[in-house]
Amino acid sequence: MMKPTDIKNPNYFHKVVDCQWACPAHTPVPEYIRLIAQRKYTEAYMVNWESNVFPGVLGRTCDRPCEPACRRVRVEEKPVAICRLKRAAADNKNNVDSYLPEIPKVKNGKKIVLIGGGPASLTVARDLMPLGYECTIYEKDPKAGGLMRTNIPSFRLPEGVIDEEVDRILDFGIIRKFNEEITSLKNILNRNYDAIFIGTGAPKGKDLNIKNRYESIENIHIGIDWLTSVAFKHTDKIGKRVIVIGGGNTAMDCCRTSLRLGGLDVKVTVRSPKADMKASDWEIEEAELEGVPIFDNHSPKEFVIDKGKLKGVIFEKMVAHYDDNGKRTLKPSGDEPVLFECDDVILAIGQENAFPWIEKDVGINFNEWGQPIVDKTTFQSTLSNVFFGGDAAWGPENIIWAVAHGHQAAISIDNYCNNTDLLDRPDPITNLMSQKMGIHEWSYPNDISNSNRFAVPHADHKLALNNINVEVELGYDEKLALDEASRCLNCDIQTIFTENLCIECDACTDICPVDCINFIQNEDEDSLRKSLRVPAINLNQDLYISDNLKTGRIMAKDEDMCLHCGLCAERCPTGAWDMQKFTYIETQAKEIKILDYVE
Amino acid sequence: MTFIKKPIFRHPSLPKNDLGLTYRDYEGLVSTLCAGCGHDSITSSVIQACYDMSLPAHKIAKLSGIGCSSKTTNYFLNQSHGFNTVHGRMPSVATGANLANRDLIYIGVSGDGDTASIGLGQYCHAIRRQLNLTYIVENNGTYGLTKGQFSATNDKNSKNKKGNDNPFGAIDLALMAIELGAGFVARSFSGDKEQLVPLIKTAIAYNGFSLIDVISPCVTFNNHQYSTKSYDYIREHNATMGELDFIPEKDSIEINYKEGENIDISLHDGTNINLHKLDASYDPRNQNDVVNKLRKYRGEGKVVTGLLYLNEEVSEMHKVLNTSKTPLNEIPLDTLCPSHDELNSINKNFT
Ligand SMILES: Cc1ncc(C[n+]2csc(CCOP(=O)(O)OP(=O)(O)O)c2C)c(N)n1
Ligand code: SF4
Ligand code: SF4
Ligand code: SF4
Ligand SMILES: [Mg+2]
Repeated sequence: MMKPTDIKNPNYFHKVVDCQWACPAHTPVPEYIRLIAQRKYTEAYMVNWESNVFPGVLGRTCDRPCEPACRRVRVEEKPVAICRLKRAAADNKNNVDSYLPEIPKVKNGKKIVLIGGGPASLTVARDLMPLGYECTIYEKDPKAGGLMRTNIPSFRLPEGVIDEEVDRILDFGIIRKFNEEITSLKNILNRNYDAIFIGTGAPKGKDLNIKNRYESIENIHIGIDWLTSVAFKHTDKIGKRVIVIGGGNTAMDCCRTSLRLGGLDVKVTVRSPKADMKASDWEIEEAELEGVPIFDNHSPKEFVIDKGKLKGVIFEKMVAHYDDNGKRTLKPSGDEPVLFECDDVILAIGQENAFPWIEKDVGINFNEWGQPIVDKTTFQSTLSNVFFGGDAAWGPENIIWAVAHGHQAAISIDNYCNNTDLLDRPDPITNLMSQKMGIHEWSYPNDISNSNRFAVPHADHKLALNNINVEVELGYDEKLALDEASRCLNCDIQTIFTENLCIECDACTDICPVDCINFIQNEDEDSLRKSLRVPAINLNQDLYISDNLKTGRIMAKDEDMCLHCGLCAERCPTGAWDMQKFTYIETQAKEIKILDYVE
Repeated sequence: MTFIKKPIFRHPSLPKNDLGLTYRDYEGLVSTLCAGCGHDSITSSVIQACYDMSLPAHKIAKLSGIGCSSKTTNYFLNQSHGFNTVHGRMPSVATGANLANRDLIYIGVSGDGDTASIGLGQYCHAIRRQLNLTYIVENNGTYGLTKGQFSATNDKNSKNKKGNDNPFGAIDLALMAIELGAGFVARSFSGDKEQLVPLIKTAIAYNGFSLIDVISPCVTFNNHQYSTKSYDYIREHNATMGELDFIPEKDSIEINYKEGENIDISLHDGTNINLHKLDASYDPRNQNDVVNKLRKYRGEGKVVTGLLYLNEEVSEMHKVLNTSKTPLNEIPLDTLCPSHDELNSINKNFT
C-alpha cells in the first residue's frame, strides 16, 4: 500500500519542475519564461542572474541539461528553447545596475583569494562580495573570464557579452591580479588569506603521442591552446587543409574557427561512431551546416612528414563492439589505413586539470589520477582553508556546473570564516501559492501553445564564415521569443489535491488530456503503477497519492505526463484540485532576491 | 465552464484500438457543462464504449433534444453525424433518420425532462415502434438547463435545493420501457463507469430499442443532502443486479463463475454477453420476475442498477415493416419513387 504523498518535502514538487531540477544551479526556468512572456526582460534576466550569474553567456553556450529534461519532449518532439530564451532576456533587458546587490563599504575583515578568473571564481566572488568580504582574483591571462573567453570562439559568444557579465562582478570592487600566473601555492598560503578558492579550470589539453608527433611542432596544435591564442589575437590564420582530431565541443569550435581563419578543406575525425560523439548535437549540426565533414571510426595512427613538413595523418578504421552490458570497445576494422593530407592538425581530444604549482607537502591530497580530493558537498580540500570548484575540482564540465560549484563553495567559505560547521547549509526557500483568480481564471497562462519549437535565425552564411567576430546565431527577435515562451508548460504550477473536498465525480479524470488522474484501489507502488489508466513507467517521476477517499479508493496521479493545464481544477466542482505555484529557490551565501522580481 | 481548448497533447503510450485510434480520437469539443456534472462522465463512457468497439465515427449518428444532457452530443464523436432536435422531439428525428438510413448506429441522448415530460409521447412511440436506437437518458431528477425545477423522474417527497417538497410521484422510465415492449432496459449511474461502459456497448450491439436510464447528478441544482439523485445518495442506495462482461465475437473467452450466478447470452450480431449476477434469483430474461423485483427494490428505497431486462425475441422496426435491406438513401431516386406513369395508374384506381 502506498502512503499519501508528503508534498511538504521540498524535493517532491521540485522534481516535477523538470528543467529546474536538471539545472545544476536550479534556475527557476518557468518563472523567467513567464516573465519573458510578460515582456519583463530585465526581471527575467535578474532571475537568471541571481541563479546562474552569466545569463548572456549561458544563453548562448550552456550545455543545457534542462532541455533534454523538459517535459515538452514527453508529449512532442522538441523541448522548450530554454537556453535561447535566456539569451532573449539578456538581449532585451534594460540596465540592471539598480538591481544589483549593494557592496558594503566597510568590509567584514575577511580576505579571500581566488586563483583563476573563470566562472567558478567569479561566482564565489559575486556571492561573497555583498557580504563584505575582500576578494582578490589571480588570473594568468590579461582578462578574466576563463574558458568563457579563451575557449569559446567569438562567433558563438561575442566578447562584449563576456565583458559585460564579467565586469559586472569585477566592478563590485574585486582586487584584480591579472597577467599573473601562480606558480606556488605555498606563496599564497604564506599571505594569510582567510580562505583560498582554486578555480583554475582544466587548462591542459591532451596531446597525442603517435609516430612523428614531434617532427612538426609548428603545424600540430593543441585545441584549447590554439583557441586561446585566437581569442587573444595571437593567431589569425591557419592552413587551407585542416584536420581536427576529436569529437567534443572543442573540436567543433576548432573546425569552425579554422573555417574563419583561412581553412577551406576542414574535416573532423573521431575514433568512435558518430552517435557516441561527446559534442552537443546542436554544435555538431552547426559544424556540418558550415560544411565540415565528420569522419567517424577513424583512429589517428601516425603523422606523415615530408621534408620536415607536415603532410597528413594516417588513420586506422575502427569498429565499435558492444558487450552484453552495452559496454563499448573499439577494435580496428582491418581495412586499409587511410591518409588524409593536410597543412595543419588541431588536437581536441580532451583536457585535464593540472596542478604543477601545488606543492606536494602543503596538505592537499590528490588521488591516483592526480586529482585533488574534494568534498562533494562542501568543496573543501584536505587542507581546511582551501576550496576547489569548477573544472579544477573534478575535471572538465560545462560553465553552468562551475557556477553551481561556486555557489556551494561560497556557502562553505562563508561558514568557514564564521566558524560554522560546513555541513550546516541553508535549506532552499520553498513556497506554494494558489494561482486561482476567478472561477476559471488563473494567474498563469494555462492555454499553452501547440507549436513546434521555433528555430533561432542565423546570420548570412557567407558573412559569418568571412569574419570570426560575426555572431552566427542572431537570437530570437521579440515575436519569436514570445511565441517560444508560450510553449512552456509551467511545470512549477502544481496540482494540489484536497481529499476531503473530493466527491469522486470523475470530472478531473475525464478532462485530463494526458490521463494522469486515477481513482483506484491502493496497492504497493509496483502494482499501482501498472494498474493506472496508462501505466506509469517513468520511475524518475513520482505518483501523487491521496489519503483514502469516501469510497475507499485513493486518488493516484502520475506526475510524469501532467501538462499543468489546470483543466482538472477547472472541472472540479468542489475545488478539490487547485493550481498552486511552487517556488523553489536554492539558497546562496548572499541574500537571494529572485522573489523580488516575480511578485 | 472551461474556456481554453483541451491541449492536443496526449499520453504517448495511450493504447490504440483496431482502427489505430486512441480514445481521444472519439472526443468532441470541450464540455460547457458545470464542473462535476454527471453528464460529462456519461460522455466519457460513450467515448470509451465506441473506442473499445472500434466503431468508425462516420457510421454513427448522435441525436438529442434540449437540455444540459442533450447538449452533450457535442462533446463526443466530433467526426460523427449529429442532430440536436427541439425539446422532446429526438425520437421522431431519430425515426426519420433511421428509416432513411438503416446502416448507421443511432445513439440518442436525452434528459429526464426531455424524455419524461415534454417528450413522453415521443418516447413511448419510439419504444412501441422498436426503433433501433440506443436511448440514453441522463437522469438528474431536475431541469438542469432551466435552473433546477423538479422533473417527472424526481422521487416523491425528495426536496429541491431550497428545501421544498416534490408533491408528485416519479415516472420510472425503465419500468415503463419494459411495459411498452422494449427489449433492452438498463439502469446505471454516471459515477460507475465500470458498469456503464459495458452496458453502452451491449446496448449498441443490441438490435432494437435499448434504454439506458443513467442517474447523473446535477451538481448545481440536485446534489444536495435532500436529493435522491446525488452522488452520495446513489452510492449509498445502489443495488447492482449483476456485473456485465461484453465480449465481442472475435474474442470469445470463457469466464468461470459459480453455477447459477452466471448467464451467458449471445446477441443476434454474434456478440456474447456474460452476466455475473449478484442477486442469484434474478433473471433479466423473465419479464414478470423483473418487474416484480424492480417494484420490490424500489419499495425498499433502493436504486437498482445493471442490465434490468433483456428480450431478444423483439424485432426491430425495419423487420416489422419489412423494409428494403438497402438503406433508402442509397436507392436511386427513380427506383425509390414511382414514375409519373406509375403514379397515374395508381391514381386511376381511386377514380
Ligand atoms: C419547447 C420547449 N419548452 C421548454 C423549453 C425550456 N427547457 C429547456 S431545457 C428544459 C428541461 C431540460 O431538462 P432535462 O431534459 O432533464 O435536461 P437537463 O438539463 O436536466 O440535463 C426545458 C424545460 C424548451 N427549450 N423548449
Ligand atoms: S515545459 Fe517549461 S517548465 Fe516544463 S520542463 Fe519545459 S521549460 Fe521547464
Ligand atoms: S493539470 Fe490536471 S488536467 Fe492538466 S495535465 Fe495535469 S493532471 Fe491533467
Ligand atoms: S445545471 Fe446541472 S445538469 Fe446542467 S450542466 Fe450544470 S450540473 Fe449539469
Ligand atoms: Mg434533467
